[in-house]
Amino acid sequence: MRGKLTRRRFLATTAASTALIAMPYVRGSHAAGRLSIGFWDHWVPSANNTSKALVEEWAAKEKVEVLVDYIPTQGQKLLLTIAAEAQAKSGHDILALSTWLPSDHANQLEPVDDIVEPLIKQNGAVNATVEYLGKSQGRWIAVPATIGSQIKGPCSRIDLMKQHAGIDVQAMYPAGAPPKAENWTLEAFLKAAEACQKAGFPFGIGLGTTPDSVDTAGAIFHSFGAQAFLVRLGAPAGSIRDEQMAVLDPRHLREQFVVPRQSVDIDLHDAQVRHGRGALIMNPPSAWAVAKRDAPQVAEQCWTHGMAAGPKGRFAPCVPYFWGIWSFGKNKEAAKSLLVHLSQPAAIEKLVAASGGYDLPPFANLTTLKTWAEEEPPKGTLYHYPNPYNHQVLSIAGAPAPPKIAVQIYIQGVMTKMTVRHLQGEPMEKTLAWAENEVEGFLRT
Amino acid sequence: MADAVIGQVTDRATARPRRFGLRSAMRRKSMTAFLMTSPLILLIALLVVYPALYSVNLATLNRSMEHFVGFGNFLFLFNRETFWMVVRQSCIFALTAVLFKAIFGFVVAHFVHNIPAKGQRKWRGMLLVPWVIPPAMSCLAWLWLFDPSYSAFNWVFEKFGIGPIPWTGDAMWARFSVILVNVWIGAPFFMIMYLAALKSVPEQLYEAAAVDGANFLQRTWYVTLPMMRNIIAITALFSLIVTFANFDIVRILTAGGPIDLTHVFATWAFRVGIEVGDIPLGASVSLFMVPILTVAAIFILRDINRRGNEA
Repeated sequence: MRGKLTRRRFLATTAASTALIAMPYVRGSHAAGRLSIGFWDHWVPSANNTSKALVEEWAAKEKVEVLVDYIPTQGQKLLLTIAAEAQAKSGHDILALSTWLPSDHANQLEPVDDIVEPLIKQNGAVNATVEYLGKSQGRWIAVPATIGSQIKGPCSRIDLMKQHAGIDVQAMYPAGAPPKAENWTLEAFLKAAEACQKAGFPFGIGLGTTPDSVDTAGAIFHSFGAQAFLVRLGAPAGSIRDEQMAVLDPRHLREQFVVPRQSVDIDLHDAQVRHGRGALIMNPPSAWAVAKRDAPQVAEQCWTHGMAAGPKGRFAPCVPYFWGIWSFGKNKEAAKSLLVHLSQPAAIEKLVAASGGYDLPPFANLTTLKTWAEEEPPKGTLYHYPNPYNHQVLSIAGAPAPPKIAVQIYIQGVMTKMTVRHLQGEPMEKTLAWAENEVEGFLRT
Repeated sequence: MADAVIGQVTDRATARPRRFGLRSAMRRKSMTAFLMTSPLILLIALLVVYPALYSVNLATLNRSMEHFVGFGNFLFLFNRETFWMVVRQSCIFALTAVLFKAIFGFVVAHFVHNIPAKGQRKWRGMLLVPWVIPPAMSCLAWLWLFDPSYSAFNWVFEKFGIGPIPWTGDAMWARFSVILVNVWIGAPFFMIMYLAALKSVPEQLYEAAAVDGANFLQRTWYVTLPMMRNIIAITALFSLIVTFANFDIVRILTAGGPIDLTHVFATWAFRVGIEVGDIPLGASVSLFMVPILTVAAIFILRDINRRGNEA
């Protein structure tokens, strides 16, 4: 009797089921799920607000619940978070990945060709260094990011360079016009460094293993064609070409070691400019921005410009950031949609403005935004920062060795260590043998 | 039916002593102690044993953590010049720092011991300050003191026509700097341990030594040191372990530089494992400390046990 289906009960059940099926789909405020993001905690305070506003704008439109964490790089917090999430296979859906991290975690990152290729078509090509770092086995494994990407070219004191080295950096890199820097060579750079050093205003180039030191050393190595030395060490046996071997002549390397003789501790080299004690540093406009706040009279004399050219070309250190999506992430489609939103020209323009021109978009069509033309003092000081005329090759230390090897060359500071060893009196042959031995150890798979 | 009755009787007969055994076990002090410490044991198992075993597991994997390589990572390290440099530096750093911490701790403990009881507490508190400040904070202060451009030390030395000294830029000075800071932070621990040991030395022994005409050095050598031997050994062992595994001081002051000449095991493991992304190799570097410290611990603890038995 209990299990018997009565006519009345059948009708009631049918009516209820029909009503349930026919009920209109109510799209809630978080109908498309959740998305957690770990962004780099920008050192420019308002920059985080802008990225958060852009994310919230997208979230409201797409009905996604977002959680944004800003993770600082102080104390390697971001690096540790990434390492922990990679181990745990759990964490944020999107994470900011600095320079080498996409290739480090290539196996755990979602391929993003489907969004990066259209973005390149829309915004212009990315430079070879961004491609080298963001691709693995021919596929994009992370989206080139605007937030955090930078070029570490020279930032000079206009007055000191003019007074002590006879170089007018504003005339060499005029705001709003192409550079006239044919004579801006490493030879001229060295002469200027020596003159400024004698006058008590040394160039701030470090020789430690901090990224700033390594980036500068890497650009100088590139300028002398010494990257082939690293290719030889990083390349699998049997693939060494004769012309690469040719540049192993120690004289090519020896020439480079002269420049960083004016070295200071790189961790404080921006302080050097801020306090008016240095004539040139190799840095993005962060030192200038702090000087603008703390020592406006120093900021008025700062001019960011291109790198000096070496015998093999003009190379500037480029340190791009990426946004990666974990392959174990739970909402990959939403993650891709957000990254496309953040890579739109309008969003990029806002991000660049919020960072005071510090952040650099990776795309070729977006290097002439008004922020860089208008930032002051002095007006136009950042005009040449994003390399608008492509007059220098954007490079990274360790490249073009395979990224798994190059990252070790970079993090271990092989180039700066070579420089220091030789400057301390070690014969060049011994220094080269040491470097060869070190890099051979990096071939471990 | 009879079988069933016999069965029940047998079960009861066997069950009774079991209940009794559990009850008596619960009454035993050792069981109570075990139960009371079990949360801590569980915590240690989770936070110490599991990570330790996990790091052993990591150390046996290849760089991409996909294949088992056995002792491959250790064999790789044994062939690296830089690794042996790190081993050498860790030994120099730990042994020198522990030795100086012990000497300073011993001397300062004597000074404090001789201060009248009324004002002693203030001195003890003040002298403990370097030890109780978080090392990351005090190291930052030292970093500023060692700064190449704005160093307070160099500013003072300049007044006397000395310097500028490259505190963290030259290998010897950098080693001196990290050891100095380690001694500054760690010496108060030695001081407080030695002070406690000094206070437990019976006054009669000194009186007897004085009657025998012993001078200060003889009293120290024949009375104080023998009475403090166990404390000295235990303190040295603890400090050796902590100093060998030190990370913060070197990381903040020199980050292992210049040209890797101040790297110790922990900073090198961090560099290789986290910064370079070779976690198995980093785990292998950090595990290399275990045999060194085990040997030291065995020797020191064996010596203490022997003396304990003699007593």
